Amino acid sequence: MRSTVAPILSFAECRRGFWRLLPLSLFVAAFGAAFGLAAVQTGLQPFDIVFMSATVFAGTAQFAALDLWGAQVPLLPLLVTTLAINARMLLMGATLYPWLALVPSGRRYASLVTLSDANWAMALNDLQSGRNTLGALVGGGIALWLTWLAGTLAGMLFGGFIADPRAFGVDMVLGCFMLSMALAGRRNARSVAAWVAGGAAAWAAWVWLPANTHVVAGGLAGGLVGALWLERDQ
Amino acid sequence: MISTAGYGPALIIACMALVTLLARFGGVFIMGLIPLNRRVEGFINGMAGSVLIAVLVPIALQADAGGRLALLATGALMLWLKQPMPAIALGIAVAALYRAL
Repeated sequence: MRSTVAPILSFAECRRGFWRLLPLSLFVAAFGAAFGLAAVQTGLQPFDIVFMSATVFAGTAQFAALDLWGAQVPLLPLLVTTLAINARMLLMGATLYPWLALVPSGRRYASLVTLSDANWAMALNDLQSGRNTLGALVGGGIALWLTWLAGTLAGMLFGGFIADPRAFGVDMVLGCFMLSMALAGRRNARSVAAWVAGGAAAWAAWVWLPANTHVVAGGLAGGLVGALWLERDQ
Repeated sequence: MISTAGYGPALIIACMALVTLLARFGGVFIMGLIPLNRRVEGFINGMAGSVLIAVLVPIALQADAGGRLALLATGALMLWLKQPMPAIALGIAVAALYRAL
């Protein structure tokens, strides 16, 4: 079943991961441009905008920061919001643990620096289907980071470079990508039950709980199904 | 409250970056403290798929008819061909086409 050999983290694998995620990353640039433009309009200085995209590298949290930005910024509410939005990364990192545990700790944490939705989904899909590589996580992460930064700069300099991203379906890229990753893996009754529980919990959280709790609620609900319904020994 | 004059913004952004990095590292760090047994592995596996679905839920709920058709098209082609890139391309094309009509 699961490999006990450490996943590959070579330059060639990272290069492959980079090119595999680059087409999707180009759409990420459109969101980066939207952020760059919004940040300029909010009144952030150019250095601060680039500094934020380069070091925070988390779109939703960055947009949320703009909402709280003014002559004075409430630091603690901003950091609590940032943590709440990015709490999904805690779950995503945890799902990679069985493989990352086999990698020396320096490389283990270094490969998580650019962890985000798309490169996590692709890397997990690779690992679960027996492609024992971290190329999509690291190389794909670098592709996403570079295009996020390039998009931010383009938005600051030229405004949103696509007049109406929705007309081209750009707003659905992440949704279609996540759906394709969900359907790419192997399915069984157990995994479908986890999806249903996770989807229902996320839906309920999105309607009734505070904003940005839906991913954690869905992930934990699916995790409980997985913990209670164990796979039979082979 | 921190003033956004002088080094204020850089300090605020550095704090945000640190919190985000802790979220990126935290999941793996916490799992390192928990002994990995079958039940924990089951939890991780159940969580993996449902996080994907949980990210999708609000996207599908907020989407217009074109966006929902895009997801439907991606899902259908994915079940048929099992190839992500054509499935995503079709989904986006469907959304763009529906909105253009």
